[in-house]
Amino acid sequence: MEPQPTNVERLTKVMELQPLGKRHLFNNIVKVVSSLGAALGLAALLWILFTVIHKGVGALNWNFFTALPTPPGIEGGGLGSAILGTLIMTALAAVIGIPLGMLAGIYLAEFGRGTKVATAVRFVTNILIGVPSIIIGVFVYTLVVAPSHTFSGYAGAIALAVIMLPVVVRTTEDMLSLVPNALREAGLALGTPHWRVILNIVFRAARNGLLTGVLLAVARVSGETAPLLFTALNSNYWLHSLHEPLANLTVTIFSFAMSPYADWKSMAWGASLLITASVLVLTIIARLVVRGRSKARS
Amino acid sequence: MVTDEKLYSVLDGIQRPEIRQNSDSPSDEIEIATRGLNFFYGRQQALFDNNIDILRNRITAIIGPSGCGKSTHIRTYNRMHELYRDQHATGEIIMGGVNILSTEVDTIDLRRRIGMIFQKPSPFPMSIFDNVAYGLRVNYRLKGGELAERVEQALQRAALWNEVKDKLEEPGTALSGGQQQRLCIARSIAIEPEVLLMDEPASAIDPIATAKIEDLMFELKKNYTIVIVTHSMQQAARVSDYTAFFLNGHIVEYGVTKNLFTNPRMKQTQDYITGRFG
Repeated sequence: MEPQPTNVERLTKVMELQPLGKRHLFNNIVKVVSSLGAALGLAALLWILFTVIHKGVGALNWNFFTALPTPPGIEGGGLGSAILGTLIMTALAAVIGIPLGMLAGIYLAEFGRGTKVATAVRFVTNILIGVPSIIIGVFVYTLVVAPSHTFSGYAGAIALAVIMLPVVVRTTEDMLSLVPNALREAGLALGTPHWRVILNIVFRAARNGLLTGVLLAVARVSGETAPLLFTALNSNYWLHSLHEPLANLTVTIFSFAMSPYADWKSMAWGASLLITASVLVLTIIARLVVRGRSKARS
Repeated sequence: MVTDEKLYSVLDGIQRPEIRQNSDSPSDEIEIATRGLNFFYGRQQALFDNNIDILRNRITAIIGPSGCGKSTHIRTYNRMHELYRDQHATGEIIMGGVNILSTEVDTIDLRRRIGMIFQKPSPFPMSIFDNVAYGLRVNYRLKGGELAERVEQALQRAALWNEVKDKLEEPGTALSGGQQQRLCIARSIAIEPEVLLMDEPASAIDPIATAKIEDLMFELKKNYTIVIVTHSMQQAARVSDYTAFFLNGHIVEYGVTKNLFTNPRMKQTQDYITGRFG
């Protein structure tokens, strides 16, 4: 009987190569398709930017930033009150949303690790991120607007804070989780209480990511419209109190853009440009912060 | 071939270093004693009935193949494993007459008394000065001037002062790997612990930096009890007074370093140190 070849003998035979041409072909197909995808995304973005700048830049002048809106056809109107209102609501939302979100993120990444509570909170947070913002508007309407019998700046800020909250929770948890455990252990090994390790060491190691995440969360809510329709509504007048409807840019864009008047439409384009530019500036600041800090460190 | 079970039953009882040759001080004091120490990662047991006496002002090396429980063993001494929910230790670790695994022992105080150097140098994201000052500020009330003096003293004892005295405000992360590790040692000894645990402190740094750290250990053992986990048998032979050989979570042999390396009692120790496995 012929002796069967052993495994080793079988492996000494020369292996047949995959055809080289086929592998190059697949490589090129993937390259072209992914490049096309990137180009498509970039083209859409540039198109939007170009349109917004082209149509909006004409509306920007001194009055645009300082004056109140005027009736259609009357010169010298502006969106001063809406700019102020958006700034106030975004700031107030940040004051509510960022600390709460960071605390929850700290719980998830540090104290609650591996617990069922943390798993539940993380799950709820992920769902909250996906909830359409209009639903959050209706939620705050029921919670704040209906009982207080008035649309208000407060309600608008709370709605924006609710939208910001899960984003900040996620960013905080993600950024803290990126900090290697070795650093936590080194801190704890010196007899440092856990909270001080988090505050002095983990936060410091994660600060670039945290700062970027928070800035992006602020940028995101600054462009929200739907939740404000149900909460802050809008106003044509300067702010008297946060307990009444508050002028804001996004709802102004919504109503002015739908109006038949050319000067209001132009104003809406100007407001669009302002918001887009603000988001861009915030993002650039976030990037510069990251780059500046990492350069200083290495 | 002796089966594992038989072997460990022979070794049942407490591992004291076998002092067969003229020891420099026969009345060695015990700093840390473990009794029936077991350790679990979730349900998986990693340490089995570890009984060992660690002697004061001596360097004890722990050797053994990867995954044998060396690091796991010393991480129980400062209860570092408590950071992870699924890890737990049973048995006793006695230090100063107290079982430090008891929940009544405060980990913050325990970790001040038992410092730890890790495998990977882990400077905090702050200046060189603040890296060393951090533990001092957390643990002690110091007047302004004393803080700076203590920082300088610690850096000097860690043989790093001359290299960093002109750049104390630069970030600790900007130092080289070997310097970072000495910075971590300075940080640990600044708070005046009683025991220094070193978990493969030289595995991530070059031979010259390693030699510096080994020299440093000889200096430090005058004041501290040092337990070093190492992959390198040469390092264990060079620096330690006593060596424990771990295998599969069991302490196979523990004795005077020279004896253990030249005349091991156990076949498994012999196999390991002659490179037959691990």
